[in-house]
Amino acid sequence: MASWPLLSFTTFLPLVGVALILLFCRGTSPDVVRNVRYIALWTTLVTFVLTLFIWINFDPRNPGYQLVEKAPWIPDFGITYHMGVDGISVLFVVLSGFLMPMCVLASWESVQMRVKEYMIAFLALETLMIGMFCALDFVLFYMFFEGVLIPMFLIIGIWGGGRRVYAAFKFFLYTLLGSVLMLLAILAMYYVAGTTDIPTITATQFPRNMQLWLWLAFFASFAVKVPMWPVHTWLPDAHVEAPTAGSVILAGVLLKMGGYGFLRFNIPILPEATEYFTPLIYTLSVIAVIYTSLVALAQEDMKKLIAYSSVAHMGFVTIGMFALNQQGIEGSVFQMLSHGVVSGALFLCVGVVYDRLHTREIARYGGLVKNMPKYAVIFLFMTMASVGLPGTAGFVGEFLVLLGVFRDNTWVAALAATGMVLGAAYALWLYRRVVYGKLVKSDVKAMFDLNAREVAIFVPLVAVVLWMGVYPSSFLNVTSASVEHLIQTYQTKLAASHAASGVSVAAR
Amino acid sequence: MTAVFPDIWPALPEIFLAVAGMALLLIGVFRGDGFTRPVSYLTVVVMLLAAILAMGYGAGRVVTFNGMFVMDAFGVFMKVLVLVSAALSVILSLGFNEREQMARFEYPVLMLFATLGMLMMISANDLISLYVGLETQSLALYVIAAFRRDSAKSSEAGLKYFVLGALSSGMLLYGASLLYGFAGTTSFDKIAALFAGGAHASPGVVIGLVFVLTGLAFKVTAAPFHMWAPDVYEGAPTPVTAFFAAAPKVAAIALLTRVLIEPFGHLTAQWHQVLVATAVLSMLIGSFAAIMQTNIKRLMAYSSIGHVGYAMVGLAAGNQDGVRGVLIYMALYVAMNIGAFAVILSMKAKGLMLEQIKDFSGLSKTNPMLAATMAIFMFSMAGIPPMAGFFGKLYVFLAAIEVQDYTLAVIGVLTSVVGAFYYLRIVKIMYFDEPLVVVDKVEDDGMTGILVVTSLFTLLFFVAPAPILNGAAAAAAALFAG
Repeated sequence: MASWPLLSFTTFLPLVGVALILLFCRGTSPDVVRNVRYIALWTTLVTFVLTLFIWINFDPRNPGYQLVEKAPWIPDFGITYHMGVDGISVLFVVLSGFLMPMCVLASWESVQMRVKEYMIAFLALETLMIGMFCALDFVLFYMFFEGVLIPMFLIIGIWGGGRRVYAAFKFFLYTLLGSVLMLLAILAMYYVAGTTDIPTITATQFPRNMQLWLWLAFFASFAVKVPMWPVHTWLPDAHVEAPTAGSVILAGVLLKMGGYGFLRFNIPILPEATEYFTPLIYTLSVIAVIYTSLVALAQEDMKKLIAYSSVAHMGFVTIGMFALNQQGIEGSVFQMLSHGVVSGALFLCVGVVYDRLHTREIARYGGLVKNMPKYAVIFLFMTMASVGLPGTAGFVGEFLVLLGVFRDNTWVAALAATGMVLGAAYALWLYRRVVYGKLVKSDVKAMFDLNAREVAIFVPLVAVVLWMGVYPSSFLNVTSASVEHLIQTYQTKLAASHAASGVSVAAR
Repeated sequence: MTAVFPDIWPALPEIFLAVAGMALLLIGVFRGDGFTRPVSYLTVVVMLLAAILAMGYGAGRVVTFNGMFVMDAFGVFMKVLVLVSAALSVILSLGFNEREQMARFEYPVLMLFATLGMLMMISANDLISLYVGLETQSLALYVIAAFRRDSAKSSEAGLKYFVLGALSSGMLLYGASLLYGFAGTTSFDKIAALFAGGAHASPGVVIGLVFVLTGLAFKVTAAPFHMWAPDVYEGAPTPVTAFFAAAPKVAAIALLTRVLIEPFGHLTAQWHQVLVATAVLSMLIGSFAAIMQTNIKRLMAYSSIGHVGYAMVGLAAGNQDGVRGVLIYMALYVAMNIGAFAVILSMKAKGLMLEQIKDFSGLSKTNPMLAATMAIFMFSMAGIPPMAGFFGKLYVFLAAIEVQDYTLAVIGVLTSVVGAFYYLRIVKIMYFDEPLVVVDKVEDDGMTGILVVTSLFTLLFFVAPAPILNGAAAAAAALFAG
């Protein structure tokens, strides 16, 4: 098994699906369109099974990179094709694989226009996402990281809602602006370390002054992606205009790229700058948690509300990882995973009613519990998971994050905790307005409950959310060794540089 | 250097091209305009043969014709690039010229002579041979720009190009005369030896150098000497525009690179700021001025100004990595640019050419393959990975970071985001908007071939980038070894 390039195989398998669609599906007859959908579904399912194989083959006690593949790629630059996963990235690969079949299923009926292009865009997106979490070379990472923009731009722009063009451009240019600065930081690191290999760079000590600039360049890229306040404004637009499956991937995986980037690059490579900028991260994250929760309370549009809630939840993630202790970082990784599943599920819940009534306006609904009982149960469950009810995935992550940050800074913990209260307020109020109340509107009365396909989408999501909430150890076990290693790296490098600066002060 | 008869082997591609050009001219004269297509095909064959001859040249640096002419790995790389892009431009022009009743045999022959001038420019090792090559190229280009004699726009483009081209040649000559006066020689090798010996760069030399740079900046359409480009690009027949944006630009960049690195390599401090300023201005103008354009050819003109700016970022670094970046950038730029012009040339409705950007509306519905091809080129020009254009930017910014030109690099990446906006606008118009016109199918086989080859090259460059990257690295090394 060790010699078999499992990661590359998983990464590029969706492209095989693209090739099959391009080769065998010509024309636009209903049969062809159905074939396209089935090819996409089977490709994503097989890819998901492969990501599970990665998880099974992963040894949780080993904190280093596993299933490593390395091949020369651009020799004169020292760039290699280097892939591997550790405890931090492996579950994101699984998450990407898990959400993708849901996206294909969720688009089964709602996407009728240009199905072929749609599925090709999603499959290409899957390759880029999985590749990004596996890449262990900076240039390779950057290619996957940026490449994601192309299919997502097309998905929002072609299959999106009314202001889709504005949203697509905003999404693309915001993220590009952040990323190009990261590219320069990568090149600057190349001149110090002489390589773009991520493990080698992680072991390199950068001068303090340089660290601060590099950190800011990486921050520009990842803060936009997370997104952190005040550069979050692209997210509500992109979410509102994207088709349901696009929102699921956006919230489920793309936002995690930012958090993953902070964990993989900012913290271990630039520890001194991380220490220096932690108050900045705390401040921005606390503002994000409180401010965007309040903004979410005022929303009239269901998707926009969930989008703002995403910003708030990702605020918890950044708070947790910069607490820089075991609970905080594990909690933030767990929170990213749970948010990936829960917010994805919430967007799917919105998609269900949107498919029936073609509006996202909260006021247009009400009383759905009467004619859509199955939907009401699932939506309630996911709302509770989003609020952080014990027994669901949301609780574990937020609890660990708060625990971790409490040990580092009680004020931040206290302020972040108010976000949990506000979170309960907007989520429950949304639920009340949509599902409870009198069923008076005639078009809402005519809405039918979940069909078999929709139930098939939600059952695995509910199961995973419960699993993560009831027995989180199966996920935390995977991450803990690598998180421990990460903290160790951070503290060793920090201590070394403190000692070095201490010596130089003493020498003077 | 005392040989009575010079060693002609290093100049074999040029000699072959000159002889073949005259033969083709004779064939054309005797067989008439009806024979244009065979002459065009023969031109392509001749250019590709010349490329093979150039590639057959071994390693090492040879100077011949009394030090006027130099051949090295740098020359090989650039000559092959120029010849291939010129050959592709000839193929691009076939269908258009026949449709628009401008299929005359002089067209391919003039392109051949222009290409000959470009090869001379690349191999120039003296201010005089530099000028001879440049003028051979320019004279042929002036005529091609005005090739559509009955079109006022084309004639205007030709005239404008001629007047401004003559002005820039004048500046270049003035600079060359100053250099000769103050350095006492026109030979690149002797100038290099002079400054390598630690000679003080007198103000006269610096002023002369600036004039030469100005003249060359005109030719590469670098800002602030770019203003002729949008008008000429728009007015000239589209295949001519495609040619202008590719081969002559590569040759002029090659010439600029050689002039800066070989004779004036020791005066980096003198020309560095000049190059930084032109690079910044070109990137800014190329990105901001393109936003408001409605004509696709004008847009491509501004886009090419921007691309020259990026190439100059690498050149401004003034080291081997920088030159490598320039070479890689130009090679990838040529592929994208020829491809994009192949799309533009394929844009016709009921046999009429479409030149407005809004004509691309909904192209993804009426002709999905053409739209996908154009989208690849647009994303590539915007520098989004994994397209080829990303690697070009990667290597020039790498050089800028190496010499710690952080400001230049940051301005460069920021303008590339602005540039991404207008490239994305084309994608948006093709994919998000509804069709206005139904675009004809691409019937020309040569055109289809170019579209397929250039788009696959641009899309899949990342799979096996090593051959071009290594070639560029070897070429850059040769320039610094000399």
